[in-house]
Amino acid sequence: MRTIVKYVMLDLLKNRIVMGYTLLLLVLSFGMFSIDENSTKGVLSLMNIALIFVPLISIIFSTIYVYNSAEFIELLVAQPLKRKTLWLSIYSGLALSLAVAFLIGVGVPVLIYESSATGLILVVSGLFQTLIFTGIALLASVKTRDKAKGIGVSILTWFVFTLIYDAIVMLLLFQFSDYPLEKPMIALTMLNPVDLSRILILLKLDISAMMGYTGAVFNEFFGGQLGMLVSAIVLLLWTTVPVWLSVKQFQKKDL
Amino acid sequence: MRLISTTILLCCLCCVAQARTLTVGKGKMYSSVKKAVEAAVAGDTICIYPGVYKEQHIDVAKTIHLRGIGLPVLDGEKKYEILTIRANNVTVEGICFRYSGRSSYMDIAAVRIAESRNVVIRKNVFEITFFGIYSQHATACVIEGNRLSSDAKDEINSANGIHCWKSDSMLITGNTITGHRDGIYFEFVTNSHIKNNYSYQNIRYGLHFMFSNSDTYTANTFRNNGAGVAVMYSNHINMFKNTFADNWGSAAYGILLKDISDGTIEGNRFQNNSVGVMMEGSSRLKMQKNTYTQNGWAMKIQANCMDNAIVQNNFTGNSFDIATNGELVLSKFEKNYWDKYEGYDLNRNGIGDVPYRPVSLYAMITERNPSSMMLYRSFISSLIDKMEKIMPALTPVELKDDSPMMKPLKL
Repeated sequence: MRTIVKYVMLDLLKNRIVMGYTLLLLVLSFGMFSIDENSTKGVLSLMNIALIFVPLISIIFSTIYVYNSAEFIELLVAQPLKRKTLWLSIYSGLALSLAVAFLIGVGVPVLIYESSATGLILVVSGLFQTLIFTGIALLASVKTRDKAKGIGVSILTWFVFTLIYDAIVMLLLFQFSDYPLEKPMIALTMLNPVDLSRILILLKLDISAMMGYTGAVFNEFFGGQLGMLVSAIVLLLWTTVPVWLSVKQFQKKDL
Repeated sequence: MRLISTTILLCCLCCVAQARTLTVGKGKMYSSVKKAVEAAVAGDTICIYPGVYKEQHIDVAKTIHLRGIGLPVLDGEKKYEILTIRANNVTVEGICFRYSGRSSYMDIAAVRIAESRNVVIRKNVFEITFFGIYSQHATACVIEGNRLSSDAKDEINSANGIHCWKSDSMLITGNTITGHRDGIYFEFVTNSHIKNNYSYQNIRYGLHFMFSNSDTYTANTFRNNGAGVAVMYSNHINMFKNTFADNWGSAAYGILLKDISDGTIEGNRFQNNSVGVMMEGSSRLKMQKNTYTQNGWAMKIQANCMDNAIVQNNFTGNSFDIATNGELVLSKFEKNYWDKYEGYDLNRNGIGDVPYRPVSLYAMITERNPSSMMLYRSFISSLIDKMEKIMPALTPVELKDDSPMMKPLKL
């Protein structure tokens, strides 16, 4: 397994797109921190990068990578290797190299300009987005045989998590505004890793406003030990479940 | 003639010199403060030496000077009012007042100033008291450099640190107040000055004003109080260089201005509050050179406010700059610095060429539906905000700053 992970990782780290991605993140992060002396604004912009841009790149790149290495995968399947090991190695290679890219691109500037709890949460959230969306990409690519369709499914998934889901939540919020919605809102947040990470960052960044209204409920939950534990578990579930499902699918798949 | 006047003057001096010093303490002239007060005549000084004096209802009805040496303790045993001042020109200093009585139907205080003038309460310590200093119908009294702390748990069973009722020309300066219901409470108090006080972690308000006109407060710090500071139903209030910080909660404001008119609010700092300034029914206020940083809402201005001038303030790092509850805008915004301003300055005069609209649509949405705070800063909320900026439909069109500054003002 280790050799495959190593091979995939080395292959990816040499990949122009991953290098470009690292560089782009690095330039964006440094740029955003140096535009304004107030580093909060930089963190805000980086939050949008970590929660919108990073998932998009992770999901599309991983999908394309899996389709492009179809022949490589077929070759390896012919070897005396367990399919599970093979698939997990590919996931680990992909996720690790994208995570390294993110750590260099965003982690380092954050460490330099904003090495606080807010910065830490931001970096951790971004890492989770990378791992989660790589997993979802693998699930999407193993489910659909056609490359174009697979990429389409990936983009749609990203679209759902970053925009459509929130739009639906907003609709619900206004339809049921006469009811106490704080607790259902926490549950709804758990169902979307992007929202969950965003709220965790907001609780550090906009704490004054969050403490205002329902924020008190959010803060009580997410700010407390239990809430942090639950959020961590939910994020881990979001990381493992898609990968596990894709492994199941890959084991049965007729190549 | 000159001789006579000199003699009279000398006699007067003699009289003053005759003012005695009575000592209280173990092995001193008196063993109890009460007896010393009874024995004293106007002009005497009573020196209280260290010790714990469990005395109740010490009634000071003559002009005397009560001085603690080495912080003696007057203990009310959680049952009694400790000291009542009913004479003019009384001075109380250097005494620790502890465990005043508590009551749900009487206002029991550690020190009460009743219908007196020129009383000075200076450098005392108040520990676990119900009302700390209670002044009623007092005039020109000085409350200076006292430390008041209590253990209030809820609003019902607690009382105010410094409580002034129907008083005039008071000077309250350099006090530290914590753990009470309201740090400083003013009701029907006029021409008074509150200066350099530090009021923190009180259950309700750090400072509470009701029906008190023509008062000034300067350079005070109000931090982490249950609901910040409230100024209600008053006019001609001036507030300079105060700090309002860390007031968090669904009904917590840096300062709540309710039915206030004709005041000046200048050079204050609002930091880390859920709402920096909440204005309701306020008019003709000049708010200038204030700093608003890291607040949830820097200002909430209800539509029933009019003729306020918000000029030359700095707004930085707030989640929302301004929120309002209606279409009507009768206040003026000018020459403020807004860190969210995205305009340009072609003629390089330091003033932005396009107006800034400080009310974001999302502020309006959260005003109507607080739960939508959950979607704050999400992709969709910024999308909505951007659309609204291009074509204002829901945000009040008139609420804008026509001359926003490009750089923060030096305040």
